[in-house]
Amino acid sequence: MADITLRVNGSERKVSVSPEMPLLWVLRDTLELTGTKFGCGAGLCGACTVHVEGNPIRSCSTPVSQVAGKNVTTIEGLGANGLHILQAAWIAEEVPQCGYCQTGQIMSAAALLAKTPSPTDEQITAAMNGNLCRCGTYERIRKAIHRAAGRAAGNGGAR
Amino acid sequence: MSPLSRREFVAAGVAAGAGLVIGFYLPHRGGSQTEFFSPNAYLRITPDNKTTIVVARSEMGQGVRTALPMILAEELEADWKQIAIEQAGASTLFGDQTTGGSASIRTTWDPMRKAGAAAREMLISAAALTWGVPRSSCTAENSHIRHAATSRSLSYGELVDKAATLPIPTDVPLKQAKDYKIVGQRLARVDSPAKVKGEAVFGIDHRMPGVKFALLSRCPVIGGKVASFDDKDSKKISGVSYVGKIGDSAVAVVADSVWGAMEGRRVLNVIWDDGPHKDLNTAAVRESLKQGASKKAASLYSAGDAAKAAGRRISAEYELPFMAHAPMEPGNCTAHYQGTKCELWAPTQVPQDCRDAVATAVGLDPDQVKVNVTLMGGGFGRRLEHDYAVEAALVSKTINAPVKVIWTREDDMRFSTYRPASLHQLSATLDGSGFPAVLTHRIVAPSISGQKGQPVPGGVDPDLPDEAGPVYGISNYSIESVVTETPVPLGWMRSVYALQAAFALESFIDELAAAAGKDPLLYRLHLLAKDQDLQYFTTTWKTARMRGVLQLAAEKAGWDKPLPAGHYRGVACFGCFASYMAEVVEITMENEQPRLHRVVAVVDCGQVVNPSILEQQIQGGIVYGLANALRAKITIEKGRVVQGNFDDYAPLRMDETPAVEVYAVPSTEAPTGIGEPSVPPIAPALCNAIYAATKKRIRALPILSA
Repeated sequence: MADITLRVNGSERKVSVSPEMPLLWVLRDTLELTGTKFGCGAGLCGACTVHVEGNPIRSCSTPVSQVAGKNVTTIEGLGANGLHILQAAWIAEEVPQCGYCQTGQIMSAAALLAKTPSPTDEQITAAMNGNLCRCGTYERIRKAIHRAAGRAAGNGGAR
Repeated sequence: MSPLSRREFVAAGVAAGAGLVIGFYLPHRGGSQTEFFSPNAYLRITPDNKTTIVVARSEMGQGVRTALPMILAEELEADWKQIAIEQAGASTLFGDQTTGGSASIRTTWDPMRKAGAAAREMLISAAALTWGVPRSSCTAENSHIRHAATSRSLSYGELVDKAATLPIPTDVPLKQAKDYKIVGQRLARVDSPAKVKGEAVFGIDHRMPGVKFALLSRCPVIGGKVASFDDKDSKKISGVSYVGKIGDSAVAVVADSVWGAMEGRRVLNVIWDDGPHKDLNTAAVRESLKQGASKKAASLYSAGDAAKAAGRRISAEYELPFMAHAPMEPGNCTAHYQGTKCELWAPTQVPQDCRDAVATAVGLDPDQVKVNVTLMGGGFGRRLEHDYAVEAALVSKTINAPVKVIWTREDDMRFSTYRPASLHQLSATLDGSGFPAVLTHRIVAPSISGQKGQPVPGGVDPDLPDEAGPVYGISNYSIESVVTETPVPLGWMRSVYALQAAFALESFIDELAAAAGKDPLLYRLHLLAKDQDLQYFTTTWKTARMRGVLQLAAEKAGWDKPLPAGHYRGVACFGCFASYMAEVVEITMENEQPRLHRVVAVVDCGQVVNPSILEQQIQGGIVYGLANALRAKITIEKGRVVQGNFDDYAPLRMDETPAVEVYAVPSTEAPTGIGEPSVPPIAPALCNAIYAATKKRIRALPILSA
């Protein structure tokens, strides 16, 4: 067990956990931020995506000790004042079906837009390819990212 | 006017201040007349004009929490903005609450409409009595009754007390489709905001004070048991509070965090008794299907005389492997056993099965088990099983505390129930014009229901009547089934046997068209040219409706227009869950692998309730079906499932997903299934495109199998 301090969604949070515990379980079990999801436990599906210092990471495969003292943003902290532009776009395009993977999808998309405000289809695919969706919402995810970026959607085909 | 049986209603009752409560009955699918009606859902309007509609199906992404209330609200003439949705748990009041078989809308369409209409008529009567005017001078609109002549209006909330004292009408008029204001609209799903904010509570997110977390170590060999276990390393893990056997074939590790339970399980040492299937492998499964093929078959469909006719004979065999559902949310359930009662928070498609199975497992009566149905991170049929619920209840009983059992992805992959592997033998005799005078299709597969000890009447798995029907009006046409045995656990996976049946049939039809030197789309249209009703168990398949979806797909895909160099198309059509589907796929080949550019999908599912949800289901079904077609394969070695995570059982990602254009044939027929019908045609459509590109015929899935 170790005492570790994180900055989660702008607030300092002290936790007393095994330093090996993945950030995912600290967020979900210790801090009760359950918007971040468990999908594969192996960094293969992206459902657990959060930002550490603005970069998207897989919290299921990141020991909490690695993010001590760092800024962590989860889906709960994404929209500082109400809905983030991507969350609004997700609603407008009716992206979610089961919705389980969508918080991770949105976190990956938010990291993309932060660095690439007007991504091409190719850039969207590259940024989002690590996020699985078994409901098959990829086409609407692409449209929602384009909508949030303030651009008309491309033709959306595989590329 | 639609007659409304008294038996379809429970008494409308009102308690002071409780408002108008109308219960209604749902015809139980497949039940006898006496069992044919049972309560399904409740409509509650309170004096503050809030309308609550209870949804007695489970939301797994398919939109029932939005679509089912839309149907009732339409007839009620309700203000959609004032509707509140309530999820029903397991109950004795709601008939069969199973969510599956693409059945939620088609089985509740009539009862939901009648319930809404009856309430509307009672509210009209209440207003007419209040004002002392004829009923015929009052109209219902937007949760108000209006009297146009005097410009008076009362909200439903203001009328509930009076309405509740009135007799329930036995004969209520239902609206015409042309007057629909809610049904057919792209209304926003009620669950989207919570889902994008991370506020939606899935089963795995349920929290309660004092809850412990458990992972189970299950015997990796199918049918094996625990011989012994050594927990000393597990108990050294911080937070691990209990290690013990659960049933014969699993050991539970309980901790105060999920991570603690994972670590405790990782170092647990179990000696397994591998049991009778320790040498089972995929080759043996295939061999059992080959042997089964020569056994006596049960007839599913028979037209004319399939034994007759002379001519050019063409035969082919198709094979499909086991597949796993792999929903994004792994298995989980929270249970709290307290001696004389047990409460569950379960992401389940079968709340009543969970209730009954848990009651049996922990020694309670079903009415002592309360099942709360949570949101589900996908279902696809995996949550038609009650295994997680039973595990959670048993662990809770053992440690006398609330417990959340969580499965890892590897648990989900290796201890799933699998889409049955199957073998298909097709044969045709072509007439002088190259069209089949005879077509036979023999489906060889184990029975999902049979393996679970449920009836298999006449040797026909009870799912086949919804999933393997005839497509074409071929004069001499036979579909038959041989049920084989397997120890590999079987489950109902999205579209169930329709995926296998469609892959085989629609690939074979393409083979026939190629043998006849004809365009595969025109070949199919020729086989559908005559209007015919094909009776298949209780479904009447209409060649005209299949022709309709195929023609529209051809038109939208530009079938008669040339493609860019290196692009190829394939087509397939199929009917299942009472809906008609046609799909056209456009591909190029890159490094001998197909790259999908475009899919055109056309469905005829009768009246569309919500076009946005329909599009989601069709697009999603095609992405799911593409993953099944390209890579999904569960193999068995030494009695163990080989695949474990999304690396060796890889779903589709964004880079492989084509644009899918969805079109629905305009219809006011009663709605039919939309959750599954888009899945089956995509594999044969893709394989037929690959044939067009390469002249290589794929007769076994998955396509990318080494």
